[in-house]
Amino acid sequence: MSSNVTLPVAEEFEPRIVAFFCNWCTYTAGDLAGAARLAYAPNMRVIRLMCSGRVDPEFVLAALRQGADGVLIGGCHPGDCHYREGNYKCLRRFQLLCKFLRQMGVEEQRVRLEWIAASEGDKVQKIANEMTAQLKLLGPLRLQITPRVNGRPRAAECPPAPTKGVAP
Amino acid sequence: MSKPKVGFYWCASCGGCEESVVDLAEAILDVAAAVDFVFFPVAMDFKRSDVEAMADGAMAACMINGAIRSSEQRAMAKLLRRKAQILIAYGACSHQGGIPGLANLFDRQSILQTVYRDTPSTVNPGDIRPEASTRIPHGEVELPVLDEQVKSLDQVVPVDYYIPGCAPPVQLLKDALAAILTGRLPPKGSVLAPDKALCEQCPRAPSKPDNLLIDQFKRPHLERIDPEKCLLAQGFLCLGPATRGGCGWACINANMPCTGCLGPVSRTRDYGGAAMSALASLVNSNDEAQIAAMLETIVDPAGTFYRYGLPASLLFARAGANADKGGHEP
Repeated sequence: MSSNVTLPVAEEFEPRIVAFFCNWCTYTAGDLAGAARLAYAPNMRVIRLMCSGRVDPEFVLAALRQGADGVLIGGCHPGDCHYREGNYKCLRRFQLLCKFLRQMGVEEQRVRLEWIAASEGDKVQKIANEMTAQLKLLGPLRLQITPRVNGRPRAAECPPAPTKGVAP
Repeated sequence: MSKPKVGFYWCASCGGCEESVVDLAEAILDVAAAVDFVFFPVAMDFKRSDVEAMADGAMAACMINGAIRSSEQRAMAKLLRRKAQILIAYGACSHQGGIPGLANLFDRQSILQTVYRDTPSTVNPGDIRPEASTRIPHGEVELPVLDEQVKSLDQVVPVDYYIPGCAPPVQLLKDALAAILTGRLPPKGSVLAPDKALCEQCPRAPSKPDNLLIDQFKRPHLERIDPEKCLLAQGFLCLGPATRGGCGWACINANMPCTGCLGPVSRTRDYGGAAMSALASLVNSNDEAQIAAMLETIVDPAGTFYRYGLPASLLFARAGANADKGGHEP
């Protein structure tokens, strides 16, 4: 038998996680995890925002539409927000968004909010690994295919063109 | 010189958009003097064959209202697109999917099951369902096929302009007709309405507190509504902060909160996302359990924040088992 024949191996599903981390706590914790050489699943792509209060539900929906299997939002612990209450606003929006996502058939493990302080590099590692494992079990997010848009390009494909409406 | 030809067609809609044309009142005489209606099924006796007989681009403009959810509607949308120089999505259903678009929370099979079997008033012992074609003694008869999902018009054919609203405000229709007749139209793809949120310049804006927070969400049919005060400040889910203005505050002036029929302003990627963001941040609590309890009173977020636009939203339809059967290619 020839030895240089490679058999196809069933590829394991690798989930894509988009993470929105606040600049002051969770992103710093991510840095700390790196400095401390705490390895974690490479499935997470981190986007740094100034505050978890900046995470608009639209960002999460856009990430899911563009192929994320899960979204992680990381912010400062309650009471620790650099801007005093951005993380509370995030919490309120997150809870409402989750209710909507349940109606849309998106499982609750896919969108997660975690409070991670700047010193908690190990928590970044733990959550990234945990979420990756959970999403592997859930499988890919199967959104309905969006119809091909022939008219104006929809926001999901490109930023909206500056258009001027007719004044009433 | 012959008058420009105009068409007005309906797809998955309720007839309210036609009503908005009637609401032009005397102004409809000016419209009739300026244009020739060559296709208007609700009001005039032109047939599909008349449209098919027209040269391509024969109509100066055609307005289509209603969402697209059947084979017949898709075919008509394509036909009218060919015959019209300017195609306008008229009304919330055509613009964003509208109320019929909420059917995207369910799959086609369960919708048919509910309508033809489960509703209490249904008597259908033979479990008869609509068939694409049926043989009867006189030959073969055909019915349009219900699509898997509901779509906005621009998800089926290219659309030049949008006139939003459920139904569109008369002023927007007047302005649009004037713009078409004078040729003074904005860039293609524009929504023919002001690009400002309803909250700006709201007659109740002076009573909106600087730091607006809500302790309890109220439902308009259960409470007395102060006719002067900002509806959000009273705890009603008014979607004015996220919704495009241009309706003349019709609901607000009738003492009802905005439900978002004009859809988003041009900067918004997902109307419901923007509306949820605006409303949820007003919850007056920092306690997880308390916030959850308050949000519990918003029983149907999809129906509340995507009432007029689930098909045009980023998620389009419910995820899951049926996902792979997704959208018909136009």
